Amino acid sequence: MSDILQVKNLTYKYATGTPFEKTAVDNISFTVRQGEFVSIIGHTGSGKSTLVQMLNGLIKPTSGKVFFNQNDIWKEPKKIRNIRFKVGMVFQYPEYQLFEETVAKDIAFGAKNMGLTESEIQNRVESSVEFVGLEKSFLKKSPFELSGGEKRRVAIAGVIAMNPEILILDEPTAGLDPMGRELLLSQIRQYHEKQKNTILFVSHSMEDVARISDRVLVMNSGHTEYFDTPENVFAQGEHLKNMGLKIPQITQIMNTLSDKGYHVGKGVLTIEKAVEELLTILKK
Amino acid sequence: MIKDITLGQFFPTNSLIHKIDPRVKIILISVYIVFLFIAKNFGSLGFMTCITVILMIITKIPLKLYFKGLRPVLFILLFTSVLNVFYGSGEPIWQWGILKVTWNGIQTAVFVSVRIVVLIMISCILTYTTSPTDLTDALERIMKPLTVFKIQVHEIAMMMTIALRFVPTLLEETDKIMNAQKARGADMESGGIVKKLKAMIPVLIPLFVSSFNRAFDLAVAMECRCYRGGKGRTRMKVLKAGKIDVIAVIFSVIVLAGVIVCNVMFPQLTVK
Ligand SMILES: Nc1ncnc2c1ncn2[C@@H]1O[C@H](COP(=O)(O)OP(=O)(O)OP(=O)(O)O)[C@@H](O)[C@H]1O
Ligand SMILES: [Mg+2]
Repeated sequence: MSDILQVKNLTYKYATGTPFEKTAVDNISFTVRQGEFVSIIGHTGSGKSTLVQMLNGLIKPTSGKVFFNQNDIWKEPKKIRNIRFKVGMVFQYPEYQLFEETVAKDIAFGAKNMGLTESEIQNRVESSVEFVGLEKSFLKKSPFELSGGEKRRVAIAGVIAMNPEILILDEPTAGLDPMGRELLLSQIRQYHEKQKNTILFVSHSMEDVARISDRVLVMNSGHTEYFDTPENVFAQGEHLKNMGLKIPQITQIMNTLSDKGYHVGKGVLTIEKAVEELLTILKK
Repeated sequence: MIKDITLGQFFPTNSLIHKIDPRVKIILISVYIVFLFIAKNFGSLGFMTCITVILMIITKIPLKLYFKGLRPVLFILLFTSVLNVFYGSGEPIWQWGILKVTWNGIQTAVFVSVRIVVLIMISCILTYTTSPTDLTDALERIMKPLTVFKIQVHEIAMMMTIALRFVPTLLEETDKIMNAQKARGADMESGGIVKKLKAMIPVLIPLFVSSFNRAFDLAVAMECRCYRGGKGRTRMKVLKAGKIDVIAVIFSVIVLAGVIVCNVMFPQLTVK
């Protein structure tokens, strides 16, 4: 697989030159491969949102470079909009960005900015609405009369309609009820499987991250702490706890058993896997 | 970016000027502005400039920030200087058609520019060292005598407090929404004025919607805590003038004396 996104020594400082100066992202480097599902976790204020906003050129790094398909995205600052179409970004609480009269128009906003034809836009609106699991009847409603969860879906559909090569989701499930979260998550996974595109997923829910991702990037006060498979990352139970993060409950149980001297693996992510491991040591 | 606006921003440090009672500070700053207009010649203006620079250093706020506060008025400054240079009276030292530059014009231009710069700096000292809530509290106290004329001083002060409180929130929110729309390919940088204004619609609508929602929430929250206007309302933190305020007043009297002395001593330095 080829590398689609490469980040080199990325640093971002807020309010430079004032007493409030704050280094939110500190010298981060990593590479994401085409088609990968990468999760980003870290405590509140660890710099996750700041990091992802640099990946599609919404904020310009204080120093360091971002490469998309081997090209420096800031090489031609005038063409930064093209990058934004290719690296789609769904913000934390995206429901505040809705503004059009109807849901359909709002979803079409991004696609329209790309300069697509009317019929192509129509197609994309319809397919993206399907992806996020909204009924067609919503298309004619005003976005302001929807519930929070429905607004969230509309906002996500608006980004999916641009058909980006990389989709960044900043805490898409925050503030949704358990059912809504489960649904949205499975839709994101289906979208990933169908489109085979790259996804960066920022989340505070370790259970979700453990189930869904190929690799996990752990951030701590602006630094990358780990960038590895979920199994390897969650095997570091104590370390993650010190960073203010939790690990999935089942992983916690298995890690503790392992520490107590039982022969089970660390970094077990699913209940099925745990049952399997426990049965083998019980049989012995 | 939008956040670079510094005018009216508060920078907390532990300086002496931060500790002065806000009422005293507002009055003294107004008095300094009056001094600035009493200063008639370059001697007294220079004296006021020195005092202002000393005050700026005492605040422990980086001088760079003060110059940032100047940026919005730079245009006015240039405009008045250019006008003054050409509108002077007396012997022209350079002439081109009806445009003539006189010695008097140059002197006036410099004098007026320095005066404007110092004026801005002095106001910045007030806003940079006083938190917005302190500022409005103090204003409410100072304006209290106006209640005699049936002016709703408390309501005005409360509105100002709320407005000031939400300026940073609104700026932050504008930034966020702008970013969200840019992420969907909104083009806000290029094009003429009409196109740029049109490009602001996707930002303004969500901003208005959330502002109204927020105003509504705030009103409910205030009513839940039994807010019913200023009548019979007491304060948790009562403003009290202390030693440092006395020192500040004495210092200001000395400065006034200095300005008057300079005015009298250096008549040869007046603008000719
Ligand atoms: N606009 C801003 N101005 C100044 N500082 C900021 C700004 N935005 C974020 N920060 C600071 O930068 C740091 C990183 O913020 P960021 O929003 O990237 O965190 P995060 O990891 O996304 O947190 P969360 O999980 O709460 O979303 C925080 O300490 C925050 O206080
Ligand atoms: Mg965030």
